[in-house]
Amino acid sequence: MDPIKKKIQSSSRETRQDLLGKVITYTCIALIVLVVLSIFVFVASKGMATFFVNKANFWDFLTGKNWNPSMVDSKGKPMLGALPMIAGSFGVTILAVLFATPFAIGTALYMTEIASHKGERILQSVIELLVGIPSVVYGFIGLSVIVPFVRNNIGGSGYGILSGSFVLFVMVLPTVTSMTVDSLRAVPRFYKEASLALGATKWQTIYKVILRSSTSGILTAIIFGMARAFGEALAVQMVIGNAAVMPTSLLSSASTLTSVLTMGIGNTVMGTVANNALWSLALILLLMSLFFNIVVRLIGRKGRM
Amino acid sequence: MKNLTKITALIIASSALLVGCGKSGASNGSTSSSEASGKITVVGSTALQPLVEKAAENYQADNAKVSITVQGGGSGTGLSQVQSGAVTIGNSDIFAEQQKGIKADKLVDHKVAVVGMAPVVNKDSGVKNVTMAQLRDIFTGKITNWKDVGGKDESIVLINRPEGSGTRATFEAAVMNGQSAKKSQEQDSNGTVQKMVAQTPGAVSYLAFSYVKPTIQELSIDGVKPTDDNVTNNKWKIWSYEHMYTKGQPNKVTKGFLKYMTSDKVQKGLVKDLGYISINQMNVQKDANNKVTSK
Repeated sequence: MDPIKKKIQSSSRETRQDLLGKVITYTCIALIVLVVLSIFVFVASKGMATFFVNKANFWDFLTGKNWNPSMVDSKGKPMLGALPMIAGSFGVTILAVLFATPFAIGTALYMTEIASHKGERILQSVIELLVGIPSVVYGFIGLSVIVPFVRNNIGGSGYGILSGSFVLFVMVLPTVTSMTVDSLRAVPRFYKEASLALGATKWQTIYKVILRSSTSGILTAIIFGMARAFGEALAVQMVIGNAAVMPTSLLSSASTLTSVLTMGIGNTVMGTVANNALWSLALILLLMSLFFNIVVRLIGRKGRM
Repeated sequence: MKNLTKITALIIASSALLVGCGKSGASNGSTSSSEASGKITVVGSTALQPLVEKAAENYQADNAKVSITVQGGGSGTGLSQVQSGAVTIGNSDIFAEQQKGIKADKLVDHKVAVVGMAPVVNKDSGVKNVTMAQLRDIFTGKITNWKDVGGKDESIVLINRPEGSGTRATFEAAVMNGQSAKKSQEQDSNGTVQKMVAQTPGAVSYLAFSYVKPTIQELSIDGVKPTDDNVTNNKWKIWSYEHMYTKGQPNKVTKGFLKYMTSDKVQKGLVKDLGYISINQMNVQKDANNKVTSK
C-alpha cells in the first residue's frame, strides 16, 4: 500500500494518545463519582434503617430531647431524640462563624487594600499555618487554655457551647479569611479607581464599593466556614463536655452530632439500634453538608447576575 | 506526550504489583495451618491495645513468619468484627454476653489480663474516701456538693464515660446497683479524662489504675484502697477482665499467640509494666453476670 495513504487512513500516534488521555480521565472521574455515590447510598441505607427496621419515628428523632439509644421508653420504642445534638451543632457553628466573620473580613481587607506587599505575604503564611495545625492540637489548647479561661472569667465548669465556639472560631478563621481575600481580589480594579476618582476616601471606597460588590463571595466564605465548623469533631469533643442534654446556656455541657458519633461508634455493634441511630446522625451531617453546598451554589448564581 | 505513556505504564505496573501483593498475602493465610506462619489481625478495645501491640512486637521478633496487626476501634467494634469473621481476634473490655447484638455462644473467650479501676477526683475537693452508697449517689446526682461527703463546699462536676464503653459498663456493674447514672459530660479517652479531672475543680470520674497519676486524687471506697492486691482477692470490687475473643476455636498460629499472651513471660513482664494485673495472680473469678467466686 501507498505509505502516504496508509498514514492518512490509520490513526496517528497523537490521536491514540489523545484517546488514551480521554480514557484515563473518564475512568478517574467515573471512579470518584462511584465513590461519592456509594458513600451516599451506604450512609443513607444505614441511617434509614433506624426508621424502617427499628421503627423509630422520624419526627420524634428530630424533635425528641432524650438520647439514650440502648434503652426503650414506655411504648417500647428506642429513646432516640437527636435534638440536643442538633441544637449543639448549630449552636457552636453559628456562634463560631459570628465570632470569626468580622475578624476574617478585617484581616482580608487589610491584606488586599491596606498592607504592603511584605505585610500581605506574612499574613498569608500565618493563615496558611493555621490551616495546617491538626484539630487534636486545637482541642488540646482548648482544653488547657480556653476551658479554664471560660471557667474563671465567665462562669460554669468551662465546658460548653461557648468554649466550643471559641475553639472553632480559630479553626474556621483561615477558611473564611482566605476565601474572603479571593473575593475581594476579584473586585475589578476600575471600580476602585472610579470611586477614588470621584473623591471618595479609602474607607468610603472599601465600605461602599469593594465590600458591596464582593458580598456574594463573602457570604460563600461564611457558608464554607459553617460547613467546616459543622463537621469538626475532635477539637469540639474535647471542650464541649459531651452531655447529650438540651443546652440550657452557653456555659453548660452540651454535645454535637459529631462528638456523639465519634464517641459511640466504637462501642456499638453493627446492626443494633444504637449503631443505626449513630448512622442516622451521620446521615444528618451528610445532608447538612449537601445543604451548605447548595446554598453556596445559589449564592454564586445570584452573585453573577 | 511521551510522559503520558510512561505514566500509564507506571499505573499499570503498580496496579499489577498491588494485585500480586494481594495474592501472595492470601496464599500466606491459607498455608498458615501447616507451618507456624500466617497473619493475625487483632481489633478492638483501646484499653487492651497497648499490651497486645507490645506483646505482638515481641512475639514477631521470635516468630518471623507470623505477622500480627493490632488496631483499636473499641470493644464493640472488636466483638462485631470477630463475629463477622473479618478479623482473627476481637479485643473487648466486657464479656461478649454483655454486648447487645453479639451471639456470645459463637465466640471463644481468652482472658489475658485484669484491669482495676478507681474513682478519681480533682485534688481540690478534699475527699479521699467515700462509701459505696455515697459514690452511687454522686453518680446518680443525689449528692451534688463535696461538703456532703466530708469535703470542701464545692459543686461536683461529673465526668462519665460514653454509654456502651467497657470502662463504664464495669463501673456501673460494680457501683450503680442497677440505677442509671445522671446524664452528664462524657469523654471516651482515658488520657482526656485524666487531664480534665486534674484541671477541673470539683471533677469526679473513674480511670484504669495505670492512668491514676499524682496530679489527681484516687478515692478509697469504704476504707479499701484501690491497689492490685485488693483486686486479686476482690476486696476492691471495680475490675474487669481484658478479653481476646476468637470465632470458634483458634487455629494453630492464633493459638500460639494467645498462649504467649498468657505465658509467664508476658504476664510477669509486660502486663505488670503496663499497669495491668496478671490473670494468673487472681484468687477469684467473675462470670458474665458479675458473679464472683473464688478460684
